[in-house]
Amino acid sequence: MKHTITMTINGESVTAEVDSRLLLVHFIRENLDLTGTHIGCDTSNCGACTIMLNGHSIKSCTYLAVRADGAEITTIEGISPDGTNHPMQQAFHDQHGLHCGFCTPGMVIRSIDLLKNNPNPTEEEIRWGISGNLCRCTGYNNIVKAVQQAAKEMQKESQSV
Amino acid sequence: MIPSNFSYHKATSIKDAIALSQTHGEEAKYMSGGHSLLPMMKLRFASPEHIIDISKIDGLSYIKEEGDFLKLGALTTQSEMEYSPLIKQKYAIFSDAIKLTADPSVRNVGTIGGNIAHGDAANDQPALMLAMRATIIAEGLNGQKSIPIDEFFHGFYMTALEPSDILIEIQVPKAKNRSGGAYHKVERKVGDYATAGVAVHVELDDSGICQEIGIGLTNVSAVPMRLDRGEDI
Repeated sequence: MKHTITMTINGESVTAEVDSRLLLVHFIRENLDLTGTHIGCDTSNCGACTIMLNGHSIKSCTYLAVRADGAEITTIEGISPDGTNHPMQQAFHDQHGLHCGFCTPGMVIRSIDLLKNNPNPTEEEIRWGISGNLCRCTGYNNIVKAVQQAAKEMQKESQSV
Repeated sequence: MIPSNFSYHKATSIKDAIALSQTHGEEAKYMSGGHSLLPMMKLRFASPEHIIDISKIDGLSYIKEEGDFLKLGALTTQSEMEYSPLIKQKYAIFSDAIKLTADPSVRNVGTIGGNIAHGDAANDQPALMLAMRATIIAEGLNGQKSIPIDEFFHGFYMTALEPSDILIEIQVPKAKNRSGGAYHKVERKVGDYATAGVAVHVELDDSGICQEIGIGLTNVSAVPMRLDRGEDI
């Protein structure tokens, strides 16, 4: 059964015909060629496929593409449209918050959502906040430092606006 | 992993959803957040021929005190519960449990109603509902009905809901001056299903003597279980 869906991805409107059973992560990667969103466990455990849907981080491997009709989606490619680094990306770079990078897009998207709800989290709150995103390289310490740096930077930004 | 083929139907209202369910019969399943059902479909543990998406129905997402009850709209997400000032202040048992349910991105989609209607003894919310003696409000072919939580869970993924029934609201007795509860969960890793979990709700009188107690258990039998004998003590 085919459905016509329209959604906004990274600021651009996209219309496509999809099967009922097509998963959002496959739509994003295979139909739109936005391969920054990764598939890790495919069972909503690892968080590699995390994207922003209507302002909330979600795991796109556990979401039907057809249900995203009308949604506004941001993937890692869309968080800093002008080619510069988002403060969260810059913080991951500065703090060496990645080794292989496979978890990083999901980790960055999730961390941005975390700071939206809690702009100044404690270390413990950060660890709980990213508990659905697995990293098998860093041991998380530098990721936590990166989120702390980004929190500071983003608070400065929001105060100067 | 990709689910087997099914037809997708978006319901625009409760009536519309019930009509769709009637048309497609027992091969149809309602989906709200889908974070229990879709993983089962991907693993081919479930292969419904029709999915009726109820997540876009307006007016089923709320957290409010009304009369003698805390009323929770079925489509309220676990995250909305987590960040609700009312829940944080007066119903801390939910905060205990939700922090331990899956992870924040899953909680952004998974709903309180779905967590209960799925009928999985491994889910966390059913034990809380038992402890607080909640009432489930469902709407079906013959209008609305209210189901006491002790009559709701029938077996492994089986509940009192008929195929066309939609869980629309959960009613929990309103917090009293000296009432409260907690949820404790043993899990192998953060965000996992409970190896076992226990929800306890107590109400004290002015002298501090326990007047009411409710104890619900997660994942220790095929259905969410009330610890009757523990409550009697």
